[in-house]
Amino acid sequence: MTRFFRKKDNFYGFLVILPSLVLLGVFVYGFILQTFLTSLTDWGRDPAQALSANPQIRFIGFENYRELFTGFVDARFRQDLANLFFFTVFFLIGCLGLGLALAIALDRGPRGEGFFRTVFLFPMALSFIVTGTIWRWMLQPEGGVNQLPTLVGLPKGDFAWLTSREQVWRFSWNDLPFFTALVVGLVLAFVAVSAFCGGQGRRGVVAAISAALVLLWGFTLGRSLQPLPYDEYHGFNLALIGIILAAVWQMSGYTMALYLAGLRGIPEELREAARVDGASEWQLYRYVIFPLLAPITLSAMIILGHISLKIFDLVFAMAGPDNAPTDVPALLMYITTFRANQIAKGAAIGIILLVMVALVIVPYLYRQLRSEVRR
Amino acid sequence: MRKFWLSLLLLLGSLGLAQSGRLEIFSWWAGDEGPALQALIDLYKKRYPGVEVINATVTGGAGVNAKAVLKTRMLGGNPPDSFQVHAGQELIGTWVVADRMEDLTPLFRQEGWLDKFPKGLLDLLSYKGKIYSVPVNIHRSNVMWYVPARLREWGVQPPKTWNEFLTACQTLKAKGLEAPLALGENWTQQHLWESVALGVLGAADYANLWAGKLRFTDPKAVAVWNTFGRVLDCANKDAAGLSWQQAVDRVLEGKAAFNIMGDWAAGYMTTTKGLKPGEGFGWAPAPSTAGVFMMLSDSFGLPKGARNRTNALNWLRLLGSKEGQDTFNPLKGSIAARTDSDPSKYNAYLQAAMRDWKSNRIVGSLVHGAVAPESFMSQFGTVMEIYLSGRNAQAAANAAQAIANQVRLGQ
Repeated sequence: MTRFFRKKDNFYGFLVILPSLVLLGVFVYGFILQTFLTSLTDWGRDPAQALSANPQIRFIGFENYRELFTGFVDARFRQDLANLFFFTVFFLIGCLGLGLALAIALDRGPRGEGFFRTVFLFPMALSFIVTGTIWRWMLQPEGGVNQLPTLVGLPKGDFAWLTSREQVWRFSWNDLPFFTALVVGLVLAFVAVSAFCGGQGRRGVVAAISAALVLLWGFTLGRSLQPLPYDEYHGFNLALIGIILAAVWQMSGYTMALYLAGLRGIPEELREAARVDGASEWQLYRYVIFPLLAPITLSAMIILGHISLKIFDLVFAMAGPDNAPTDVPALLMYITTFRANQIAKGAAIGIILLVMVALVIVPYLYRQLRSEVRR
Repeated sequence: MRKFWLSLLLLLGSLGLAQSGRLEIFSWWAGDEGPALQALIDLYKKRYPGVEVINATVTGGAGVNAKAVLKTRMLGGNPPDSFQVHAGQELIGTWVVADRMEDLTPLFRQEGWLDKFPKGLLDLLSYKGKIYSVPVNIHRSNVMWYVPARLREWGVQPPKTWNEFLTACQTLKAKGLEAPLALGENWTQQHLWESVALGVLGAADYANLWAGKLRFTDPKAVAVWNTFGRVLDCANKDAAGLSWQQAVDRVLEGKAAFNIMGDWAAGYMTTTKGLKPGEGFGWAPAPSTAGVFMMLSDSFGLPKGARNRTNALNWLRLLGSKEGQDTFNPLKGSIAARTDSDPSKYNAYLQAAMRDWKSNRIVGSLVHGAVAPESFMSQFGTVMEIYLSGRNAQAAANAAQAIANQVRLGQ
């Protein structure tokens, strides 16, 4: 440490970033810590203490978290997690698919390319609140999109875009430990196989053993581990389709821009070389272009992934904070904290969201940092 | 040195007094309700010309945004001089139990208000024998609206009980009316629930429910959910996407026969739609609730640490006075909380409501903050979801009881 400061430049450099370090430390990490500590208390359980000047708060450990995942009253939080999962999956698929398609179309250099590029990128300039308000109007049960078929003489649609209560792909919350183990086990098995194929014997053995252990646990103990004393069903709420539509509309321009930059970065020689080797157009994309776009897909997934985990304003504007079929954890956190005055439980939901976002972001940052250091 | 600080403090104190010509009123009355509030402020300025009134309005229906702003201000030690809040548990369960409000019983004694307001109302405003807010207006929650001409056309009488309602619903469905009951978004569904609960339980047991004397898991309370489910089967499927006004519109357009909504619906139909009470639209107490007035009320309280306490007290005095209430309510479309107000200033519907207000038994509304604290109300939405997704009355009842235990309802 002292050797680091002996160099004058290092010392000045440190002085320059010190203020931001302090501010970050207090206003980001300090408050994260405070939120975490709050989430371990019972603040808000007793209404008399929730908003008093000097609230008496007791430490209750991870009780709030236990309630959220297995408590009787917090079924809504668990449905919100299911909503968030389905929303994220479809949002990612939608944005990546549509963005790639648009980028490929534009890359072929149609007439008026600049115009279309602006048009497709435009939604990104709006805030989610604006997008949400516009789409709420369009998805009204009696108007907008449902009236579209009448333009060509068909009967008007009657899909309840944001208000449907139908649910598909239902699963019991009690099956979750088993399915989690199954997924983790299969991923580990895949890692093992690819390690063996790549000639990394030791890594493969470790992965294979852990895969076997996880799967064994899943099929024996995991089957009998029941977080709830009764079966509670969650699934994909069809009302979310409206939200997904608006979110994809807003963000696919962004993925288009990313992919377009990637496509333009691929040297023409590569494509020509492939064509000379007799590759068809499809083979050209399959074996040359898509693999080169993989890093872009990864960055896009990271950015979109954390946007979708934090999503709040779009849902608030489109369906309001009280519409349970389209509820997401961020909204529930707001309602729990600022309406029901359950401050500790709201903090717990916040921490769970933070952990989920961190799971997406941290590996990415870690990889970025490592590659920068290497350089 | 100590003396110096003391004198400095005194000096600052007197400066504060010199500035006491201000009054900050915090409310969510904007838009349609703005003029009514403005009339009150004008009246206040006439009485106390030296006081500068700051109208700190935060827009958003039912105070959705205002309440969050208020919380930040109160927790930050910067309370407004007087703020609007739904009378009853919404104030008591949030701010009074947290020891942040001043006891207003002396004011009520001073002004002789104790026998001007009905006892049922004073009970709702009180906590441990002390009164905490001044009610400005009264709205009725358990009203059923319809269009008399259309009901004659269909050959249906306004139902008097929930059983009659369900029969009428079948008749209307047989005549091709898809959804005889018009229903709107989330909170209007809870609004319907409280009317069903009052009808099924009766006034006494309904009050017991909120006093913690009747458990939600009691078979009588579970039965509420069963009836509620059958009533819901009469309602439109796209409810979650409609505002309460759109739900009222369905009745006016003849797409539905009935709507259960508070009496601000009368204001909407007379003012915005230009209909005549009794001809363009008719009303009756929600089925099985005749003789009971389910009320909600906007009120103002006095937070501890208000900067201009005297001015705020004068404001509260004005709000509770006969003149203040009769200035405000005809414009707002509600009736006065006092029983001695002047009926000639009100329209036909409001006059009918005033008669009921004086003679009926009074109970408080759940959704509009009279009988349960915010912490319960907010989580009651989850109970509703549990019921709507599984239609399991027992599960909903269990969840409601669990939340009631957690927030110590009625204690």
